[in-house]
Amino acid sequence: MSDTLVEIKNLAKSYTRGDQDVPVLRDITLNIDRGDFISLMGPSGSGKSTLLNLIAGIDKPTGGMLRIDGEDISKLSEGELADWRASNIGFIFQFYNLMPVLTAYENVELPLLLTNLSRSERRERIEMTLNMVGLSDRMNHYPNELSGGQQQRVAIARAIVTDPTILVCDEPTGDLDKQSASDVLNMLKELNNTLGKTIIMVTHDAHAAEAAKRIVHLEKGELLDEGM
Amino acid sequence: MKVPFSYIFRNLWTRKLTTILTASGMGLVVFVFAAVLMLDAGLKQTMVGTGTLDNVLAIRTGAETEIQSGITRDQAGLLEAMPQVARSKTGEPLISKETLVLISLIKSGQEKGSNVIVRGVSPMGITLRPQVKLVQGRMFRPGASELVVGRNINGKFDGAEIGQTLRFAQREWTIVGVFDGGGSAFDSEMWGDVEQLMQAFRRLNYSSVILKLADIESFDLLLKDIAADVRLTIDAKREQIFYEDQSRALSLFISILGNVLTVIFSIGAIIGAAITMYSSVAMRTAEIGTLRALGFRRPSILAAFLGESLLLGLVGGLAGVFFATFLQAITISTLNFQSFSQLAFSFTLTPKIVVQTLLFSMFMGFVGGFLPALRAARMKIVDSLRAA
Repeated sequence: MSDTLVEIKNLAKSYTRGDQDVPVLRDITLNIDRGDFISLMGPSGSGKSTLLNLIAGIDKPTGGMLRIDGEDISKLSEGELADWRASNIGFIFQFYNLMPVLTAYENVELPLLLTNLSRSERRERIEMTLNMVGLSDRMNHYPNELSGGQQQRVAIARAIVTDPTILVCDEPTGDLDKQSASDVLNMLKELNNTLGKTIIMVTHDAHAAEAAKRIVHLEKGELLDEGM
Repeated sequence: MKVPFSYIFRNLWTRKLTTILTASGMGLVVFVFAAVLMLDAGLKQTMVGTGTLDNVLAIRTGAETEIQSGITRDQAGLLEAMPQVARSKTGEPLISKETLVLISLIKSGQEKGSNVIVRGVSPMGITLRPQVKLVQGRMFRPGASELVVGRNINGKFDGAEIGQTLRFAQREWTIVGVFDGGGSAFDSEMWGDVEQLMQAFRRLNYSSVILKLADIESFDLLLKDIAADVRLTIDAKREQIFYEDQSRALSLFISILGNVLTVIFSIGAIIGAAITMYSSVAMRTAEIGTLRALGFRRPSILAAFLGESLLLGLVGGLAGVFFATFLQAITISTLNFQSFSQLAFSFTLTPKIVVQTLLFSMFMGFVGGFLPALRAARMKIVDSLRAA
């Protein structure tokens, strides 16, 4: 029996430019199961990042239904949505988006500051997570002292340290060399397989997309087919 | 505030040059503001320290200052007999009949003359001012043309050093001693025997009468008795209040001039802080988006950027106050409009001024940082992430 985590039905998103409505997503219906690893693929402007943003709760749909773990997140207020993101979503960005003035340790600590964990509990978690991504010896390094691959691993540690329900990855290998990209993809697969994390990844790299269990194609704001 | 302080602090530290330049602008304003407050505090401390709370100073009704006043010998005698006046162990009333004249002296190294107060005091006048201590030479002798000078006069005017003589009122006056008025306005005066000075200036009336109250609470009773006697066209004030009033015009002048300067300067500093903070927000758009995506709410972002500009203000404030502390070494000698005489006082830094100036500096930081912080807090997450 499948355990649906993300339920999307007739989802639409459009932006207003002047007095014109520009549709970005049209009539998207998609279910994502708990523990799934899905790649969203499509050319630029296909709406894949917009769909990812909607699922991650950093943008709001203009129509349709979006339910995550049974909760209709489009009905949450902005503050509630922020709290929801803090406990349910882990973000991995193309350009890592680490705070340059904070060390690897402090960057990973950021989302934990929104929890009620004590300093020692936080320390324990951060050390464990950085160890998982193989950076326990780089804890006190600043982002500019780390390679691109290492920075992305810090970002992965930051994304998983709160044990979120879903990991959303926006072109996580887009800025990496082949070896680092492969390391990152292996790490995502590992997180999906061993910890059962649900991963939704936007990519336009077919090779990267293959790391996922499912590939979903979008074009001109519409869902095309499902590969794999 | 959820955003860690280290993030706020290190962002300022990373942009060292911008931070230093902006904080310096604010520091300069704080320095000016602190200087004005210190000048005013120094003036007030000098004037308040001149008076003692249980001393009463009597001048002619309608006169604002001792210089304008005249009290006849009869009136002084009536005051002396008042039951509220304290007595010494030997039964003498603790009262000093005094005369004040202004003479023009040349400040050392200058060509223009400045008015200096010469105060004629009774022997009891020194007892009534416990803050006045002879620090050099000896006290003037009653009946002699001798003067003692305050420490702000000694050596600051031509002919005003021990052993030197001054010529005025057709007499030679020898300087025989230097006294320390304990930071009061007396430090800017010269004292001699009241009778000698009155003779020399051909005066019949005293300028003022200072008396000590037997009971500090009996002041109202004394006022009532003076009002009841028609011969006494006299205004009596507590000495401390009298001197405080004497500095009001100068204090007001310093305050207005200083505050106008501070307000004009502070507008510049606030604009500087706003530019710095706007550029900081612009440079960190992606970071703001990331923080918001991670779950930090708008108020946390607002607080982080406001915290940054408040810290900027505090750094500027501390620098301004630090440099202002050096002003304490400076003594200013200027004309007191009310007494038309020179008054010397120092820049005085009080804990209240430190708190006031630091709060002012943080206020500048707050005003300068508020709009940029608001812009940061109101950014759309998706838009700001695109800036990465």
